[in-house]
Amino acid sequence: MIETALIIETVVKAVVVLSVVAGMGAFATFIERKVLAFMQRRLGPMYVGPYGLLQLAADGIKLFTKEDIIPQNTIKPIFIIAPVIAASSAFVAVAAVPYFPEFTVFGYTVHPIVSDINVGLLFVMGAASVGMYGPLLAGLSSANKWSLLGGARAVIQLLSFEVVSGLSILAPIMMMGTLSLIDMNDYQIGGVANWLIWKQPLAFVLFAIAGFAETNRTPFDLIEFEAEIVSGYATEYSGMRWGLFFIGEYANMITISVLVSIIFLGGYNDMWFIPGALAMLIKVSLWIFLFLWVRAAWPHIRPDQLMWLCWKVLMPLSLLNVLITGIVLV
Amino acid sequence: MELRGFKSRNATPGYIYFEGETEVKTPWDRFKRFSSRAVKGELFVGLWIVLREMLKFNIHTVQYPQEKLQMSPRYRAIHRLLRLFESGHERCIGCGLCEKICISNCIKMDTKVDEKSRKLVTEYSINFGRCIFCGYCAEVCPELAIVHGDDYEYASEQRAEFGFREDMLTPLDKFKANKQKEFPGFGALSKDADKFVKKTPLAY
Repeated sequence: MIETALIIETVVKAVVVLSVVAGMGAFATFIERKVLAFMQRRLGPMYVGPYGLLQLAADGIKLFTKEDIIPQNTIKPIFIIAPVIAASSAFVAVAAVPYFPEFTVFGYTVHPIVSDINVGLLFVMGAASVGMYGPLLAGLSSANKWSLLGGARAVIQLLSFEVVSGLSILAPIMMMGTLSLIDMNDYQIGGVANWLIWKQPLAFVLFAIAGFAETNRTPFDLIEFEAEIVSGYATEYSGMRWGLFFIGEYANMITISVLVSIIFLGGYNDMWFIPGALAMLIKVSLWIFLFLWVRAAWPHIRPDQLMWLCWKVLMPLSLLNVLITGIVLV
Repeated sequence: MELRGFKSRNATPGYIYFEGETEVKTPWDRFKRFSSRAVKGELFVGLWIVLREMLKFNIHTVQYPQEKLQMSPRYRAIHRLLRLFESGHERCIGCGLCEKICISNCIKMDTKVDEKSRKLVTEYSINFGRCIFCGYCAEVCPELAIVHGDDYEYASEQRAEFGFREDMLTPLDKFKANKQKEFPGFGALSKDADKFVKKTPLAY
């Protein structure tokens, strides 16, 4: 009986998290257009609905009703499954992320996390990295040279940032002695002074940079850089398959924002007078705004610059950080 | 004064000359360059500038069908034929200069001699599908009868859209309401044109 209840609860949570994250991802595309437009002294979408709010619905209808084109000479099964991998791995990663403090509904305590596994952080990072298979397989199967270059760039990007994100997160893990995101959150109970960012500023910066690389956001969005490789791995995609890639990208953005907020910025603990859930929302929103802000301000970098940055600057820095943390802890 | 002062053809004051980056030879130079770039924080300057523009909210978008730009009087869009102020007759005397000078051959006119033995324009049309809006017709017109207006919305369903005399001529009711501005368009005289009128030299 308890088993059945658990299964039902988990399914309900999974559906809620899936729909909320997908909805937030879709809404983030609207916010992105608006913020970018304001920063460039434009207005952004204005015609569909009040202030262009229904642009989302219009885009959704367009994506769903577009003709599904599979070009000649593609490797069909891989071409079809690549966007599914990109989107589903992003949503799988979301499963082990806690969003809010636990709350009680009708006398029943709800833990707002789909599955509280004790290696949560490892699982999230791993599942998010699997998402890189999406661009890689799409690039290899598309029978298009732009796509192929995009796929190759996806691999070098993975090889570059994965080392940095793993090593930079190692020092906080050493301090907190846990991989569970809930325990990490509980480690920082007691106000802003207890946030991990004050103890691990370097790890915070490194993890943020690696997060930008992991979500293919602007300074590192070289796998779909329009000026060089048209649209990268997504050149041959259209309609909803293309849409799946972008839902995956925005879901990844949200995951990274939540991860940074939980590991470094005090998570969903109460902040002064602000209740924990609201504090979490504010942090995640600010972090997503930072993603868009950086996109408006900064130029892209070349693949060789990315590799130079990750291997020659960020990796030694993160190793140094691990070393210093180790010495201090001992 | 340096030689550069004489060579400078750029009138903008405060022009900054960029000599090129200093050459980096030793590892020490390289380190200095790295640290100066790192401390300068140019990336954060960029972040600040876009955030400032967002907070100022100084939007430059013109929401076109609802808002329209004020066109300059020098703008060369659809032609207009003007009337004489006293009588309300057309200014066009049918001299045919605009037809002759038109480099894309889009002006066609037909004239006859009327009962008072004056020249009368019977047909006048401009093929706007061909017109390149160069403004020669307005410049050559001796009577200031044809000028360029500021009506720039001339998209058409037809490949060749003709403008006829009735379309371009100031309507009589508008004329009587005193809405024909004397010199509004390209090809018209400027406001201070009287100052430049000189006596014809008859000394020879």
